[in-house]
Amino acid sequence: MPIKIAVFAKQVIDPEMPMAAFQIDSAAQRVVTPPNIPPVVNGFDENAVEAALQIKDAQEANVTVISAGSSFALDVMKKPLSMGADELVLLQDDAFQNTVDSFFTAQLLAAAVRKLEGFDLIICGRQASDWDNAQVPLGVAELLGLSCIALGKKVEVKGDTVLVERLIPDGYEVVEAPLPALVSVSNELGQPRYPTLRGIMAATRKRPTIWSLADLALDTGLLEPRVTLHELFVPVRNAECEIIEGDDEADAGRKLALRLREDKFI
Amino acid sequence: MAKETGILVIGEAPGGELSLTSQEVLAAGRQVADSLRQELAIGLFGDTLDAASRQAIAHGADKVYSVTHPSLAAFQVELYLSAMETLCREVNPGIVLIGRTNEGREVAPRLAFRLGVGLAQDCLEVAADSATGKLLANRPVYGGNAVAVLSCNYTPQIAAIRPKVYEPSEPDASRQGEAVSFPVDLDASMARSQVIEVVREAAEGVKLEDAGIVVAGGRGLGGPEPFADLEELAKLLGGAVGASRAAVDSGWAPANYQVGLTGKTITPDLYITVAISGASQHMAGCSGAKAIVAINKDADANIFKEARYGVVGDWAKVLTALTETVRELTQD
Repeated sequence: MPIKIAVFAKQVIDPEMPMAAFQIDSAAQRVVTPPNIPPVVNGFDENAVEAALQIKDAQEANVTVISAGSSFALDVMKKPLSMGADELVLLQDDAFQNTVDSFFTAQLLAAAVRKLEGFDLIICGRQASDWDNAQVPLGVAELLGLSCIALGKKVEVKGDTVLVERLIPDGYEVVEAPLPALVSVSNELGQPRYPTLRGIMAATRKRPTIWSLADLALDTGLLEPRVTLHELFVPVRNAECEIIEGDDEADAGRKLALRLREDKFI
Repeated sequence: MAKETGILVIGEAPGGELSLTSQEVLAAGRQVADSLRQELAIGLFGDTLDAASRQAIAHGADKVYSVTHPSLAAFQVELYLSAMETLCREVNPGIVLIGRTNEGREVAPRLAFRLGVGLAQDCLEVAADSATGKLLANRPVYGGNAVAVLSCNYTPQIAAIRPKVYEPSEPDASRQGEAVSFPVDLDASMARSQVIEVVREAAEGVKLEDAGIVVAGGRGLGGPEPFADLEELAKLLGGAVGASRAAVDSGWAPANYQVGLTGKTITPDLYITVAISGASQHMAGCSGAKAIVAINKDADANIFKEARYGVVGDWAKVLTALTETVRELTQD
């Protein structure tokens, strides 16, 4: 029996876009989608896809990517398929606006996992680069009663357990948990693989499964927002930078040291 | 059920001593409690908590719940969560505050989900509205490019507070408070995961988080070798070396050097950045530095918007002269 792995992936505004393109619509309390910059799969979620595919390299596995949102750029969301994932499930509904409410998002993803049935392992990115909430992975583990290991940098399946090297402030620890389990991963996992030509062609032929809110049959009480967003703003930076100049760069370096001594920093 | 009231801090007392982050969260909680005229309590978890309990009162707690069980001697996430959930349900607080430490970042969301409530994650500031009792939380979003102001719709309102943002209050040993023993029933089978090995990659010398001076390098260094130059300057200054995520992802510096939103938060007196552009997600980890120095060849780089001192130019030439002059100055 192949091991069945689910990966959560979120479509986000490209965090590498020029800062000048970053704009907030204060009235709508949201970040304006930049018109000429395509969205991307959240970087940590690409690490999660990579972790799943490394397991698939080692043993027979089926990898299903699940995403929730109100609209999708299909070519972007097919990237995990072109990297080697098997299936794509999109939870798409006007009610699934990009929300700061992790409780809501976790309910949707947990419902999809229940509906799809039979997963041995869920892998997700540690957080999304838009709201940086880092709550959905831990929340889904709680909702589904799974063992949970956060901040993995290496994920291996051994029989019916998962072994994870998880980051701690001064190194890492090796943690073991029985399957089914949920693991969140960080960028320390390493560069995600590039799609291959064969992968891209296979992905083109694949059709995602699309489910709306009604398909998930969730209790409406669970969908009540848990948090309210009152304001969203760009913080003001008011540091006055004193540019230290010299005859040449070495001279500027010397003068910098003297200035720092004068101001008693060193 | 009695109406939810009071502020409960979820504290940490590794080795029986109240952690620095817990002292910071108590300082935040004291402000909230005073503006709401409510009680500030703290829950401590472990096997021996008498010393930490006294420290918590000296740092502003009105009441300390010592949640004890032999299996709480060391942190295990499910056992600690179970104890925290039991305490929250029993105490029934209006607001719960948790320090977003390595352990806090894991337990805060899981506790919120167990209680069926929302969580304001990674807060830089919390303040209570005394009219409504609502806790307003400021938190960085979009990699630090924006700040969101949130409140929670259900009680308890839970906020996870970023370490090193609040200053602990001066401990007052004469402060009086109530110490409550709160034994819990736990079952070792609640533990769903097991740590089988711990690998420490601690750098020699001063710890990055504690250093008064940090010298950090970024993508512009172009390779791993220049980190030896940064080490040299850091050593002369009695400081530590850090790195941007770009440098860590390129494999030039170990993961535990990373400063930023997903790395370490540091608050040195002096932060010397070498060839770091200053992306928001990096600045999120160092904006508490008293003064930032930027050495970068691109005069338009964001780092100059955040720095107090800047040199525009080739980092290698600037750094060599800076290091030599520092050597002369520190030999005096």
